Amino acid sequence: MNRRDFLAASLGVLIAPNSFSQEENRYRRLLILVELKGGNDGLNTVVPYADGAYYRLRPRLALRRDEVLQLDEGAALHPALKGLMPLWQAGELAVVQGVGYPQPNLSHFRSIEIWDSASRSDQYLQDGWLARAFGAYPVPEGFAADGVSVGGADMGPLGGGRTRSLALEDPARFLRQSRLASAEAEPAGPRPAALEHIYRVELDISQAARRLEASPKITAEFPRGRFGTALRVAAELAANGAGVAAIRVSLGGFDTHQGQPGQHARLLGELAEGLAALKAGLTEARRWDRTLVMTYSEFGRRAQENGNLGTDHGTAAPQFIAGGRVRGGLYGDPPALGALEGGNLRHGVDFRSLYATALERWWNLPSAQLLGGRYETLEVLRS
Amino acid sequence: MGPGEARHLLVRTGFEARIADIDAYAPLTREAAVDRLLGGVRTTASTPFPQGTLDWVAPRRFREAGPDERRRLRQQLVERGIALKAWWIGEMLATDSPLTERMTLFWHNHFTSSLQKVRSSALMARQNELLRRHALGSFAALLHAASKDPAMLVYLDGARSRRGQPNENFAREVMELFTLGEGRYTEQDVKEAARAFTGWSVEPDSGEYRWRPMLHDEGDKRVLGYFGNWRGEDVLDILLAEPATAQFVVAKLWKEFVSPQPDARELARIAALFRSSGYQIRVALRELLLSEAFWAPQNRGALVKSPVELVVGTLREFDVRVPDPMPFAFLLRALGEDLFSPPNVKGWPGGEAWINSSTLLARKQFTERLLRVDEVRMTPAMETAGPQLPLQRRFMQAIAEIEFSSAAWRAPFREREDMIPLTLLALPAAARKSFDPRELVADPVYQLK
Repeated sequence: MNRRDFLAASLGVLIAPNSFSQEENRYRRLLILVELKGGNDGLNTVVPYADGAYYRLRPRLALRRDEVLQLDEGAALHPALKGLMPLWQAGELAVVQGVGYPQPNLSHFRSIEIWDSASRSDQYLQDGWLARAFGAYPVPEGFAADGVSVGGADMGPLGGGRTRSLALEDPARFLRQSRLASAEAEPAGPRPAALEHIYRVELDISQAARRLEASPKITAEFPRGRFGTALRVAAELAANGAGVAAIRVSLGGFDTHQGQPGQHARLLGELAEGLAALKAGLTEARRWDRTLVMTYSEFGRRAQENGNLGTDHGTAAPQFIAGGRVRGGLYGDPPALGALEGGNLRHGVDFRSLYATALERWWNLPSAQLLGGRYETLEVLRS
Repeated sequence: MGPGEARHLLVRTGFEARIADIDAYAPLTREAAVDRLLGGVRTTASTPFPQGTLDWVAPRRFREAGPDERRRLRQQLVERGIALKAWWIGEMLATDSPLTERMTLFWHNHFTSSLQKVRSSALMARQNELLRRHALGSFAALLHAASKDPAMLVYLDGARSRRGQPNENFAREVMELFTLGEGRYTEQDVKEAARAFTGWSVEPDSGEYRWRPMLHDEGDKRVLGYFGNWRGEDVLDILLAEPATAQFVVAKLWKEFVSPQPDARELARIAALFRSSGYQIRVALRELLLSEAFWAPQNRGALVKSPVELVVGTLREFDVRVPDPMPFAFLLRALGEDLFSPPNVKGWPGGEAWINSSTLLARKQFTERLLRVDEVRMTPAMETAGPQLPLQRRFMQAIAEIEFSSAAWRAPFREREDMIPLTLLALPAAARKSFDPRELVADPVYQLK
């Protein structure tokens, strides 16, 4: 080895961490989206425990002042969320209140589509907002996949577009199934665009499978059940050296029209314990500082309880943002129970502001084009 | 035509090309073959709707129900929805008129309505009957009937629209998605048309269409430049008078039957014929199927099979015995085409959007397991989303009853094995030459039509 080679080699070692391309560095910051399926009851998640109207609207469902976990003089968490308190105390949990959108749609189906595609209420966009982002600002080739939806076939915000996104329930099963996809690139030749597309998807599958085969195991404990399992898979994906830019997991069952108290407490407990375990797992994988976790749900629920010990479909609700780089605290305005609109809360923060925050602040991408307008970003990240 | 062209025509207008049909069509001229196909189409289903699916449940019963009754009604709705989906798959498997079902599905994806919002199997079943009745008839008659169809009136909020408070949902979509296409009307047209559609409603006790003059806005409206005291029917006729409507519909038919990208001159020619025929769907279809583009070699295999085409086509092609098609309703949902539940008013986007990593693996797993069913029993693992608990038994039972014999399927190919790849694939296989159907259906080309 001559001196120049030696220099080049040692320089290579020295500068390796910074020699990643800009895209490489960008998407080394992982985004994990946690969907609360069915419409989470915001008022019993982040409780306006000091507001008399809350108790008047919910004579049977209101949580008592002495049982909630107080965050400040007006807001408190549902007691089942106690697993989130260590995150809150560490200043790594942001609570964004009043997230929604204008002309809210109260159908599960349509409203989650609006959230997934980041469209206006009267607009039908085909692709998920993350799929659009990855289409415009591609994730580097070497990544295992652009995004992974863990636990269900529906791709949500990763759906549509020409992205390399996967849906997988169980990585082992995916690896088994992936043998159905051809691993060999087809020689170029005249062929229909549709066939070209299928070849590309096959190649994406087999490439992802090859790269995911080496995922390290995480020893942190995760809660039992589908959601806990999905979070474990998420942590293992995060620990994988090849990388993925975004992961989506879902927790279902929030459509609490009746018998809400037990059901909601169980779900929030699962959420809190799951997120606490996720932090442990990502810390173990040394990814917690490079991960942003964000919840979303198609809508909140009606301010007034219904006759079946439950709540009906509503509008704005709080969402959580957590991560090693998050500046904890309360954001947005507390629910204005005195200014309901047809029994529903008005939103103060547009959901696309959360997306703009992820795009601009986390990935350093311009968001206006992707989100169909300028949405204010939130100051939820420490620089 | 020869066997290659016969196969192309049969798959594009139906679900599959069986060797016996290829043999029957191959000696015909293209024109004779197309006329034969268009000649004998059904306008009604060959199998009856499942019990209960046509029963109307008045909204009042939901409102007045206690928690237990409400839960029961909700569960009943889920079960009837699944029964209806399974029924349609069964009809597509059984029918001797596959083009009827292809067109009924085409119109289901045009005049969309969804169980998710309509929340009545009866209204969705009746709409399905209506779409089938008009599937190859007159588009003008279909537009009028589908617009007043109760499922549509619920789905696009027409039933809630009234004088003084017109709901614009239907007025907008009828222009944007059913007739003219985006950008060929103004917001003002939508507002004025919405007033004309007031008075169309649904009778709560029967779920039938009902005209309520008291709710109708009797004032003058200006729609696309035409001024008068229009009713809903008048607005539909104004939309039908626009040449854009014929263009829009023919372009959509082109993408269903010919290629992803319509040829502008051909499109204009066929749209003009379509319009002057009084919107006879059969006329448009005949022109499309006899066009140069339809037969052009570069358009072979240019279209992606929809999940329905893949699943029904495979089951029909291989003579698979399916006593109860219910599991395939779940499979179709996993593949992205949940019948009677299109994703939104725009319907399924189709084309390349059918294929992503998850749906492609699920498609391949379906064909792979199916063709091994005579060796290994199928397991419900093919369904990931999981059926409702009370339906689980039926699901397992249905899976266990599926039968396929590869020996019986292969018999007609004795001494003409080279016909196997031609039958199964729209283009030569990418992989090495093979006559093994399992290898052929695993080829990416099998996903194309």
